[in-house]
Amino acid sequence: MNPQRAARTLGLSVIQAIPTIIGVILLSFFLLQAVPGDAADVIAAESGSATEAGMAAMRSHFGLDRPVLQQLEAYLGNLASLNLGVSPRYNLPVSDLIFSRLGNTVLLMFSALGCALAAGIALGAVMASFVGRWPDRVLSLAALLLYSTPGFWLGLMAIILLSVQLGWLPPGGVSTIGSPATGLAHALDVARHLVLPTLALAGFYVAIFARLTRAAMLEVSRQDFVRTAHAKGLAPAAVALRHVLRNALIPVTTVAGLNFGTLLGGAVVVETVFSWPGLGRLAYESVMARDYVVLMGILVLSSLLVIVANILVDLLQTLLDPRIRAH
Amino acid sequence: MTSTPNPIPSLTLTQTQTQTLTPIAATLTAITRRASLGLLLAGALLAFAPALHAEPTRGGTLTLLLPSEPTALVTVGNVATPILSVSAKVTEGLLKYDYDLNPQPQLATAWQVSPDGTVYTFTLRQGVKWHDGKPFTAADVAFSIGLLKKIHPRGRNTFANVSAIETPDDHTVVLRLTKPAPYLIRAFVATETPIIPKHIFDGADPLTNPAISAPIGTGPYKFKEWVRGSHIVYERNPDYWDKPKPYIDRLIVRVVADPAAAAIAFETGTVDLGYRTPVPLADLARLKAVPTLRFETRGNSYSYNVTRLEFNLDEPHFKNEKVRQAVAHAIDRNVILKVVNYGVGQVAYSPIAPGLKTYNDPTPSPYAFDLKRANALLDEAGYPKGADGVRFRVPLDYNPIGADGARLADYLRTTLARTGIAVTVRSQDASAFIKRVYTDRDFAFTTNGASNLFDPTVGVQRLYWSRNFIKGVPFSNGTHYQNPQVDALLEAAAVENDPARRVQLFKEFQQIVARDVPDLNLYQPEFITIANQRVHDHSLTADGVESNLADVYLQ
Repeated sequence: MNPQRAARTLGLSVIQAIPTIIGVILLSFFLLQAVPGDAADVIAAESGSATEAGMAAMRSHFGLDRPVLQQLEAYLGNLASLNLGVSPRYNLPVSDLIFSRLGNTVLLMFSALGCALAAGIALGAVMASFVGRWPDRVLSLAALLLYSTPGFWLGLMAIILLSVQLGWLPPGGVSTIGSPATGLAHALDVARHLVLPTLALAGFYVAIFARLTRAAMLEVSRQDFVRTAHAKGLAPAAVALRHVLRNALIPVTTVAGLNFGTLLGGAVVVETVFSWPGLGRLAYESVMARDYVVLMGILVLSSLLVIVANILVDLLQTLLDPRIRAH
Repeated sequence: MTSTPNPIPSLTLTQTQTQTLTPIAATLTAITRRASLGLLLAGALLAFAPALHAEPTRGGTLTLLLPSEPTALVTVGNVATPILSVSAKVTEGLLKYDYDLNPQPQLATAWQVSPDGTVYTFTLRQGVKWHDGKPFTAADVAFSIGLLKKIHPRGRNTFANVSAIETPDDHTVVLRLTKPAPYLIRAFVATETPIIPKHIFDGADPLTNPAISAPIGTGPYKFKEWVRGSHIVYERNPDYWDKPKPYIDRLIVRVVADPAAAAIAFETGTVDLGYRTPVPLADLARLKAVPTLRFETRGNSYSYNVTRLEFNLDEPHFKNEKVRQAVAHAIDRNVILKVVNYGVGQVAYSPIAPGLKTYNDPTPSPYAFDLKRANALLDEAGYPKGADGVRFRVPLDYNPIGADGARLADYLRTTLARTGIAVTVRSQDASAFIKRVYTDRDFAFTTNGASNLFDPTVGVQRLYWSRNFIKGVPFSNGTHYQNPQVDALLEAAAVENDPARRVQLFKEFQQIVARDVPDLNLYQPEFITIANQRVHDHSLTADGVESNLADVYLQ
């Protein structure tokens, strides 16, 4: 790829990222202010015990007794110095809370997205090659089933079959707790724990990518250059892979990039079902706890993650189709 | 409230309010060391009976399941259930309690309450060391109680009458009270009154002290590691004062947030122990068929919950006593227990939970299930049925903590429809619910849970005492009930030193509340502890799995 063009794509994406992040912060801050109840209410609800003095002390400890704009100002000031703040609820810096879980979430995201893309594109290519015939029909039906099955249900059923009945895979967690394994043994242990949540999270996206690849390939295969490729005597497989599939990947990668954010959202449920200590679960808990410092930290970070994913998609697309340039 | 963490509400007196209490003259009886020793021995025999069948085996790792992650590991400034679940493993208390709440020694070896109930003397255990090697002394106890009085959510009230904490020597602590606090002797359990090291907590803000999440205590387990969102690891304390305990090498506390996944974790043996009914009630029957699992209901007597229907007495419909009586006539507690809580528990008619046997008034509600009477009362109240069969419409908010809230709301909607009251069920999360009920007071009636804790003065008074109607304070007098007679009875019972007289005061209080129906007490859910068959002696005390688990062993 032309390095100059890549740099330009990158630069533009970064410039677009900054207002996006500021928008995310402002929006989430004011949305959270509008939600009834605050962090002190939640702690009182959890404890089931409170006094007037205790509630006041808690609000002052959380900084909730300050005016809203002052709270926002303090937060933005911290953020400007790359400090995500401290969560009074957990008595920990937000960055510690997030980074201890970020690795787990990124691992699950990429493993799910990778599996979904690989399986989806492969199935889509098969469906397009056998369009209208029985492999296409069967796979279409399978894709439809996956598309309409909720991830958590898929996960629970996979647990019951593969974990409870057959005992092949662990039902939850990210690794065997207290296991002294290191190195390769540890990686294998994590991989075993990763299989079921990946399947549960990827299921829906396999269906999307398969249907998309099929449609895009069918569309591309009617183009003139494909007829030309056939005419110059290329083998059907070579035409399908090098000409049709490569062009069909443009819409697939676009959708994959767009879905990265959705994938982060969907992870909440899968992380809960599989007791996977990730960001999705932390985000959910912070909403329930009205712990806006943690939630905003996660939102800032996940918007960064989505932006990075989209930059990668942009770069990938300039690689797939040299005609695509950064505008 | 069943399978999820539960609010454990308590007394909500402010200090100035407690000082204005008017004690009723009464015969003051001493809770002497000798008297409690007798109970103690009986309790000890009872409590340790299950331990006699086998010699405890050393070693192994026990995995305890929690449905949600604690935010701290010591119950100093926050008493949320997940923190209660772990705190005592490291941080112990002066006393522990048998199933009937009779005190037994823990960090205190002996205790004495003066005949007038205003001087408490504790003799402390000698030779106890903190996990960092420093000796445990009376200074630690005095510091802990002083701090809890200031920052513990209940400590402000529990210790409100404590005017001085003295340490005549290194192993004696004396609490001086301005007036008797008959509930106080039951408040020294590890989770309620944790004894923390003075040398770690002194000086700095206790709520931001790192030892809140990496505790140092005297307990059988030492804190090792907390992987946020996943698990906490505790290791055996080899220098524990009660040798040869603890028997297990390692205690892992694992967070499994999804109730269905929790059921699977028990089934596959991924976790060994969980309490407060850690799985959906719907899954219990299936799990009971799993041969490796054992079920225990003891060890839940430190705090009983009651599920209640609370009216907003400022709401135009429910302001009318007849309407409240009609609602009382329209509900069938036995059906509620069966359909809402799968029959796990027992029906409750009065404000004090049936589990608090001494104080509970078992008399059934004066307004028995009778739909005809309910309809007649509503006619009398001036709400005739409209052409569509509806008398009036009201929203119902349910407390979302616990899965039974939504089911109870559904039952109420159905049964009240038969009396012409059209109910719309509103749902919201815990924080929004708390704000709506206690701050905004924008509700008609709610289903709520209340924990009675270890004493009615601590757990029940706050709900009915007119002085405890304080906007913005959760689990206060949410109905806005005010009856001077009830106030007088509660205030008298709070300082009544004669146990028999105190019981009488509480019985009278319950009869008045049952007549006035500011709320309807419905049932007391029973909490079930699930354990793998290899786990033994996990629930020997009133606080069961919440205790320090020093006796637990695997075989």
